[in-house]
Order: sequence, then C-alpha cells, then structure tokens
Amino acid sequence: MSSTFRNRRRNAVNNIMLTLTGVCAFITVSMLFVVLAYLVYNGGKSLNVAFFTKLPLPTGEVGGGMANAIVGSFEIILFASLIGLPIGFFTGIYLSEFGGKTLPFLVRYICDLLNGVPSIVIGIFVWIVVVAKVHHYSAYAGAIALSIMLIPITARGTEQFLQEVPRAMREGSLALGASNWRTIASVIVPAARKGILTGMILGVARISGETAPLLFTSLNNQFWSAGISEPTASLPVMIYNFATSPYDDYHRQAWAAGLVLLALVLIANITARMIVSRGVSLPK
Amino acid sequence: MGTPAAAIRPGSKSVSRLSGGDELARAVTMLFALAVLAVAALLIFELWIHSSPAKEKFGLGFLSSTLWNPVTNEFGALPFIYGTVVTSVLALLIAVPLGVGAAIYLSELAAPRLSSILTFLVELLAAVPSVIFGLLAIFTLVPLMRGYIEPALKKTLGFLPLFTGPAYGVSYLAAGVILAVMTFPFIISVSREALLTVPREQREAALALGATKWESTWQVVVPFARLGILGSVFLGLARALGETMAVTMVIGNNPGIHASLLAPGYTIAAVIANEFAEATSDMYRSALVELGMVLFLLTIVINGLARILIVVTTKKGSARA
Amino acid sequence: MKTIISAGIVALSALCAGPAFGQNLNGAGATFPAPIYQKWFQEYKTAHSSVQINYQPIGSGGGISAMTEGTVDFGASDMPMTDEQIGKLKVRPLHFPTVLGADVITYNLPGVSGALKFSGDTIANIFLGKIAKWNDPKIAADNPGVKLPSTDIVVAHRSDGSGTTFVFCDYLSKVSPEWKSKVGASTSVTWPVGLGGAKNDGVAGIVKQTEGAIGYVELVFAVQNKMAFADVKNAAGKFVTPSFASVTAAAQASKDLAADFRGSITNAPISSYTWLLIPSQIQDAAKKKAITDFLGWMLTTGQKDAEPLSYAPLPAAVVAKEKQQIAAIK
Repeated sequence: MSSTFRNRRRNAVNNIMLTLTGVCAFITVSMLFVVLAYLVYNGGKSLNVAFFTKLPLPTGEVGGGMANAIVGSFEIILFASLIGLPIGFFTGIYLSEFGGKTLPFLVRYICDLLNGVPSIVIGIFVWIVVVAKVHHYSAYAGAIALSIMLIPITARGTEQFLQEVPRAMREGSLALGASNWRTIASVIVPAARKGILTGMILGVARISGETAPLLFTSLNNQFWSAGISEPTASLPVMIYNFATSPYDDYHRQAWAAGLVLLALVLIANITARMIVSRGVSLPK
Repeated sequence: MGTPAAAIRPGSKSVSRLSGGDELARAVTMLFALAVLAVAALLIFELWIHSSPAKEKFGLGFLSSTLWNPVTNEFGALPFIYGTVVTSVLALLIAVPLGVGAAIYLSELAAPRLSSILTFLVELLAAVPSVIFGLLAIFTLVPLMRGYIEPALKKTLGFLPLFTGPAYGVSYLAAGVILAVMTFPFIISVSREALLTVPREQREAALALGATKWESTWQVVVPFARLGILGSVFLGLARALGETMAVTMVIGNNPGIHASLLAPGYTIAAVIANEFAEATSDMYRSALVELGMVLFLLTIVINGLARILIVVTTKKGSARA
Repeated sequence: MKTIISAGIVALSALCAGPAFGQNLNGAGATFPAPIYQKWFQEYKTAHSSVQINYQPIGSGGGISAMTEGTVDFGASDMPMTDEQIGKLKVRPLHFPTVLGADVITYNLPGVSGALKFSGDTIANIFLGKIAKWNDPKIAADNPGVKLPSTDIVVAHRSDGSGTTFVFCDYLSKVSPEWKSKVGASTSVTWPVGLGGAKNDGVAGIVKQTEGAIGYVELVFAVQNKMAFADVKNAAGKFVTPSFASVTAAAQASKDLAADFRGSITNAPISSYTWLLIPSQIQDAAKKKAITDFLGWMLTTGQKDAEPLSYAPLPAAVVAKEKQQIAAIK
C-alpha cells in the first residue's frame, strides 16, 4: 500500500519537475521573442525615410535621422574587419597547422584571455595607446578597439574548422607531393571555408553591436564623418545617448536605431548558421 | 586530438622536408600569432603602468575603501566591487535555475530536432547587443519594476533588509534581472552540451533500476555533468561581471554600498564608462584604470576556471564514449 | 570573394578621404549650453559649408580633461578652469563666455499644478537627504496653501563631471553652511543621496520618468521637455521664476567679470556664464582662422539664438572685451 503511494508521489514529482523544465525552456526561449516584439513594435513605429537619410538635429528639434551613424558604423566595422580578420585568420592557420607545443598553447591561452577582457577595458586601453598619443579621437581608434575583440574570435574559429578537415585530405595532398603550405592553401582552407566564413560573420556581427569600446575612441559626430581620422558617429553610441536623454523624439529614434542594429546582427547570425547547417557548436 | 598534419609534418625530428615556401608560410603565420601575443602583452603592460600611481598611493586599502571623491583625489573601490558582485550573483540566482532547467528539458525531453531549433533560438539571444538590452530595460523593465514589481516585493518581503527603501526602478535588482537575461544563453548552451555528453548507459541503467525519468535525470545524469554545468555558471558569471552598457543604463549610478536590492548602486564597468572621459587628474584616471585591472583579473580567473571545468567534462564524456 | 574585398577597399578609401576640402574642428565639454552650441554649429555649417565644427556634449569635466589631453581643438565648461588645471596645459587656454544660462530645480509631481517655491535652505536639505518626503513641513512652509503628496523624494544628480553641478553646488555652498562643509562645490562631488544620470540629458531623463523626482538642469532642458521647475528665493527674500528675462536681469546686475573672464554669478535664479575654452596659441593657420571667425560670428549673429532657447545673451560690455581677447589668439 505505502509503496503504491510512494510510487504515485514519485510519479507526481516526476511530472511536476519535468513540466517545470519545460516552463524554464519556454521562458528562456521566449525572451528572444519578447526582445524582438518590443523592438519591432516601437522601432517599426519610428522608422521612416528621414531616419535613413537625415542628420541628427540639435536637442529639442524634431525630425532628424541617423544617416551619419549608419554610415559611420559601417565605416568603423569595415576598418575593424580589415584589421582583425586577416590577423585572426592567419593566427588560426598557425595554431592549427604549424607550431610545436608551447607557442600555440600560449597563443590559444592569450586568445581566450583577450576574449574575456571586458569591452570597456579594451576601450580605455586603446584610448591610452592611440587617442592620447595622437591627441585625436578617430574612427580608426574605434576600429582598432573592435579589431582587438575580433582577432581572438576569428583565430579560434578558424583553428576549429581547420582542425575538422579530415586527415585523409591532408595525407592525400601531401602524398601527391604538395608542400605543406600548398596543401593548406589549396586543399585544407578551401575545405574548411564554410566554417571559417561562418566564424568571421559571427565575429563581425558581435563587434558591430559593441558600444563601450567606442565611447572613448571614435566618440561621436553630429555631422557626416570627416574621414577615418576624425570622430565618427556610430549606431550603438547614438542609441546609448538618445535612450538616456529625456527627449521623446530621441527615444523614438533610439528604438528605430535599435531595430536596425538588431535586424542586421540577427540576419548575420542566421545566415551564418545556415551556411554551416550541421549542428556545430559556436566557437565560444 | 592534436594536429593531424603534425603526424606527418615535415620539419620535426625526422626528415626535414620543409621547402622554402613552407618555411616562409610558417614564419608569416607565426608573425601574426606573435602579433596577437604582443597586443595582449601591451594591454597588460599599459594597464599595469597606468594604475601604478593609484596603487602606490592607496595600496591594498583601495579594495576596502568606500570613499570615492574626485575632488580630494581619494578613491576606494569597494562600492563598485560590491555592486559588480551583487548584480552578478543576483543574475546567476535567476539565470542558473532557469537555465539549467531549460538545458535539462532541451537535452533530455525535447526531440532532437526541436532541441536544436530551440537551442539555436536561445543562442541568438547571445547575439543581441548589450546596448539594445539596455534600451529595452530603460523603457520596459524599469517602469515595470518601479510601478509593480518593487512595490509588490516591498509589501510582501519588506521586512527583509533586502527589500527596503523607495522603489526607484533603477536598482541592483533591475540590473540583476537584465544581466540574467543576457546570461541565459551561455548557461543553457554549455549545460546542454555537458548533459548531452553523458553516456546513454547511465540513463538506461537508472531507468532499468526503476527510477522515474526525473529521478534518473536529477540523480544520475546531472551529477555526471555537474562539472560542465558548473563551468557554464562560471562562464555566465564572467560575462555578467564585464557587462557595461545594459547595467549602466539601469543601475542608478550611486557609488555607495546598500543592503537593499531596491537601492541604486554602481558597478566597476559602469563607473569607468561614466567617468573615464572626464578624469581630470592623473590620479583619478589611474584609479579608474586600477578598477579596470581589478575587473580584468576577476574575469581572467573566472574564465580560466570555466574553461578548465568545461574541458574536463568534455574529456570525461568523450573518454567514456 | 575577391570582388567583395576589392569593393571593400575602394569603399574604404573613399570613406578615408572624407571632405577633402574645408576645416574640421572637434570640441567637447559642457552639456549646459549644448542645445545652443549644437544649433550654432549647425547654422554655422549651413552658412560656411567648408567649416564643420563637431561638438560633443560630455560634461564640463570631460571638456577640461579633453583640453588637457589635447584630444580636442577646443573645450567648453560651465566651471572656469582653476589655476591648477590651467597649469597642466602646455598652451594656456582662454575663456570665452558665450551665453548665460540658469540652473533650475526641476521636479516631477503630477498632482501639483503651478510652480513650487523653494528657499535655498530647503533645497540644500533635500539634496543632503534630510528632507525625504514631499509633504515635509519645510517644503510646506515655502508653499503655503499647496497640497503636497506624501511621495518619497527621489533626488537626481549628475554622475559625470559637470559644470552644471558646480554652478548648483556653488549656490548651495553660499546658502547652506552645512552643504559647504559637507559637500562643497566642484564638477564632481560626493552626493549624500540620489540617483546619478549622465549629462543634463540624463538628469532630465530621470526626473521626467520618475514620479517624485527632483533634480537640477539647465533651463532649456526643463522647458523643451515641458517639465515643471521651481521658483527659488533670492538674497532679498523674493521668489524668482527662472526665465530668459530673469537670467538677463541677473547678468546685468552681476559684478564685472575679471579680465580673463573667469568668475561666477550666484543668486537666484541660479545663473552662470558658460565658457568656450580656446587655446591661446594655434599653430595651424587655417584652424586659427576658422576658430576666430566662428568666435566673431558667435558674439554677433550667434547671440540671436539665445532667447528662443531661454539663454540670456552676453551684456554688451562683455562682448566688447571678448572681441579684444580674440585678437590675443596667436
């Protein structure tokens, strides 16, 4: 008799706890949709042609836009990618294909270290070594800060996907008499290119949303950027400034900018996943 | 695993087959790798140098002093360390039960296809930029806190010192909640993988002995994966500690130590973001850099622990498989 | 792949070029005058398309710091630089007053219509944390007949280095000996209570969104956001409403500024000059011309923009002296 009672209780506990885990999964997954819903609703209301084509207006005036921030963000990210992607890529090749025991281990450790540096600390570092030294805020300083974040992500991702190329391919190529670097360039890298490209897209998407490193480097600009060595407006910094201001029109624009930024980041992520459609885990 | 190429890599102890091209390629890629080391070395060097004035002036007392006065150039880190720790711990208290629960569901209960899709969606959450979480938090979470949640907490749990004081909305609590949302994906993703590496035999053995699915999961599978789950917690913690924008926008920017979670506070990352641009004296800037270093060291240690735990679990899982 | 890379490089070079002609100037500093500065620089660019002056409001402390580091061409501050701060710069900075503004006490009390009145002592006690509720007897004493709710007072102040803070604390130090000894006046002080917001915008934002909040901002921020602000008791015992008219009157009544234009007016309404910090020596001839041209424009055409934004224009005597100082820039 008591054992049936115990069994019934155990079954009840079983059902309750398993349902709870389902609830947990539901809550956490729905967070993404909550974020999307608010941004689409509030941002969608505020998006208009002016947002994409006009410059910001002085405080209190209604109707400006963020054209300069959109172009500015693009400029900074492009520059950061031109610096960070090649360095990360070749470092990844080194880690996977060359090197003995100690140096790759050290480089991997340092990559993980850099990955974990809080982005604000990278911001102050670049301020110290770039902005303060040349006595100028600039877009390239912001790009350098972002590239420091991009390098470890790209390096580890490249290494991971190169490692996954089957041994048979390497051995085959070497057996045919190709030298090591020929094998890498013509066989291994092309074989891993989908994964490497995915890693790069994810890395760029990650840095495009970063605000903290830009606060003390590329500053901001109410006009069009006057070049790579001048302060430049960027979407994340604009969102931060406008969201913390009291003006309703600025709030409206912050939502719109948030929607644009989020859309770009999510599209990049989804595209990257679709390129590598097997369930490979993210290089963390 | 090692490098497959290394097995037959020329240039090691046996035949030296490196042609000129290979030597060059090796040198070039090594140069890039060394560049990465150089950047990291420079980072640590500059942080060390620029925090020296503050270190010399305040010594270890920096970590225990609560006075932050830019006018008299006296700086103490305790309120910021306190705020950073409180918000991160709060975030974990919310995120770990929810996250591990979700991970259990995704690894044990959901069909593989559904599990992959849902995990993908959760990982998308990790891609949302911090400033967007901040934007949402200012306009939705803070009014919600101020208008409903904090008053409710005060009415029910107001006898605890944790829930006293006016309901500002911006508070340790608001920061903790938004940090929790940002931490979910890390905990879920890594815990789920840790759970998936548990060999099938373990589950089957427990079930064969008459355990319910829950009992098998909670008493056999989860303990087996506990190191990985713990690793995910540390990973989430490291992320929460360094978070800047979302926290700055909802924590209230008050450099004091408050027992109540409803009070406004300050974190290391937030104070650096707010005050670095205008540090008018070298000592002021040096104090902020020292704060940055403290944060950096914290995240290094915790990230390191996380990696060790995760590696250990993966090895254990694959060794047994 | 190759086409993407080449396209990227072409785009990048195009972006790097920037406007190949013309002058770019970068300034940073006070948020107190930011609304009018932004208007000025925008107008100036429309009138002189080859000169682009980018002004970033990051707080007076930030302006002084950026000038010290040399990362900007000019700074802006509502607190005159101290001798010690000036000593740190390689090139001595000149202070150019631009307009006068008022620090107003803005608050958020939906149930109360009409402007509340505060005496200096009451304000000090609120910001010291000694008055915690809106229906405190001291506030009631300043506002006879007004029904005050029992809401908690939420104090809002600046979290960044701010000239607006200096002006406010300078006033509080003069009306409250306790404030003077406990907190003092500077761009960054240790606030006894309250929430911190970055820039004038941040404080205005906190007050606008939090019921029961009280903070100090420049007049135009309260006006543009339709926020209530208080009448403050002046030295003669009269409650003065901050407005364009009362700030102008305060300007006229102020003592003559020192020869280097550093000085403060502190009475009600709580007003202050705000300054542009210009290096006294500028190597680049084109930059120097751009700056001196702008300063000349600011002192004449620019002053017209003050009234619509509730700032008071400079008194004629000050304008004349400043024109002489422009000539001093080498």
